[in-house]
Amino acid sequence: MDLSLLTPVSEHEWHILPTGKMRVPGIVYASEDLVREMDHKVYEQITNVATLPGIVQASYAMPDAHWGYGFPIGGVAAFDANRGGVVSAGGVGFDISCGVRALYTGLKKKDIEPVKQKLADILYRNVPAGVGSTGRLHLDTKGMHAMLSGGAQWAVKHGYGRPEDLHRIEERGCMQGALPDSVSDQAKTRQQDEMGTLGSGNHYLEIQEVVETFHDPLSQQLGIQNGDILVSIHCGSRGLGHQIGTEFLKKMVMAAGKYGITLPDRELACAPIDSPLGQEYLGAMRAAINCALANRQIVTHLVRQAFADILPHADLRLMYDVSHNTCKVEEHVIGNQSRRLFVHRKGATRAFGPGHPDIPPDLQAIGQPVLIGGTMGTFSYLLVGTAESMNMAYGSACHGAGRSMSRHQATRLWQGGAVIEDLAKEGILIRSPSKRGVAEEAPGAYKDVTAVVDAAEAAQLARKVAKMRPLICIKG
Amino acid sequence: MDASEPSPRWEHFPHDADMGIRGIGHSKAAAFEQAALALTAITIDPDKIHPNLKRTFSCEAPDDELLFVDWLNALVCEMDTHKMVFARFHVMINNHQMEASAWGESVDRQRHEPAVEVKGATYTELSVHQLPNGCWVAQCVVDV
Repeated sequence: MDLSLLTPVSEHEWHILPTGKMRVPGIVYASEDLVREMDHKVYEQITNVATLPGIVQASYAMPDAHWGYGFPIGGVAAFDANRGGVVSAGGVGFDISCGVRALYTGLKKKDIEPVKQKLADILYRNVPAGVGSTGRLHLDTKGMHAMLSGGAQWAVKHGYGRPEDLHRIEERGCMQGALPDSVSDQAKTRQQDEMGTLGSGNHYLEIQEVVETFHDPLSQQLGIQNGDILVSIHCGSRGLGHQIGTEFLKKMVMAAGKYGITLPDRELACAPIDSPLGQEYLGAMRAAINCALANRQIVTHLVRQAFADILPHADLRLMYDVSHNTCKVEEHVIGNQSRRLFVHRKGATRAFGPGHPDIPPDLQAIGQPVLIGGTMGTFSYLLVGTAESMNMAYGSACHGAGRSMSRHQATRLWQGGAVIEDLAKEGILIRSPSKRGVAEEAPGAYKDVTAVVDAAEAAQLARKVAKMRPLICIKG
Repeated sequence: MDASEPSPRWEHFPHDADMGIRGIGHSKAAAFEQAALALTAITIDPDKIHPNLKRTFSCEAPDDELLFVDWLNALVCEMDTHKMVFARFHVMINNHQMEASAWGESVDRQRHEPAVEVKGATYTELSVHQLPNGCWVAQCVVDV
């Protein structure tokens, strides 16, 4: 991105002053190096989002912002229904409520090493991953509606996990306001055999070792020590979310004229929050959030079954579950006034600071855990939200590193088999049905996640707690 | 893209997070067919697919570009719902309405070694247009 187009406010905050049809400024939180690396398309997308009706304060971009579709990936924007605000299917994306959850295991690396190959194999067998995979659960119409209404609460009720898991999931595992009837039959059919599946692409299941902790009181309060083994699960709402995104993008594009909305980019398809279409989308999107929460809950159950077979003394407790493609209704103080806003986070993680009522009581003093996924060969991070971030981008932070090159480029540079061998030499076991998929996801194809996380901390969006390195990675 | 080359073909173009697909053909329908091959090639080498089973599709949209996205999304939905992949396509377009057939088979994870799945076709970099040499181009970014 051309730095001359931005006004630096601090070392990690850059403003794009409103011009043309922009209703609010753009604000980028990143280091100079990261801003410089961002594609010019990110600038265009930030400014396009700033033109949407009812947008409040600013169109924000996180340190990992990169060229998305409509919104940048790493984009955050809030809209006020009382001021003509909109809800945007493009602002949430196709993989609705894609997210990451982390589990404690109570194990150390020495516990894993003797059974590492076996554990990798059984995890790969237990958790369906990749194109063409299906789950063991087939949902009929009644079951589908119950799942779409109940989310992870439905999953726990049906034996997939423990009641205490729900305390550590956003919305306590169930997004209120879901309208299963707003979800098309096609979306439901697409999902009926996909519960408890990882998907493909950048989704993963990892066994990770904590290799560094930061800000000791925070890591102690979260129960994290160097050498701890964690499980990390990254997946979303699968075919159902993709189909809802597809269908509502088209509906909103076609209805824009009726609502008097001029779209600078059709991918920003949106509808007034209070319109029938806006309400229909919100109901369907919330059902997809529940699908994603239920999906990660079922995958968690499958992981626990795998561990029970070979490491029966392991206790897999849920640390936290965060979503990063959502639109949620939240109260935020704007000026001196508390306002009810529809906060879109596209490739951005909610990162509420200490004391926020939506954080579980036992985490109130710390802030909301923020899980940042890395690559199969580099680090992932655990952070927590800050008090400062509540006044910056509605309590939001980055979600990952972002790609540094296309999948095509990656396959020209790496071969999947060689990547797997190289990582094995570093003590990282990969299990995947696709060598090409592994090449496309090679660690070198991604930007430096550490630079992104450091920028998020320097900008005060979130504070680092722990750094994790993968030992086993199941890729779709 | 080399606009002087008239033979039907497909290609991928880069996008930060996802992938761009482009079909080029002598007609709009041929460009749609080539783009469908580009879509398939994101997941599986089309040469590995046996075109044994036929599926039919009908799409209608207010303009060519929305029709193109509808076509791709109809394929994505069929592939995901029925775990199928397609390697041969026949498209007929008449005034923003299309009828199409696709031939393929069920995903064979051993033989196909499928890579990343496509979540949906987007309106980003979306364009259906005719080149000065008469060829048609149909392209967009797809979310993977």
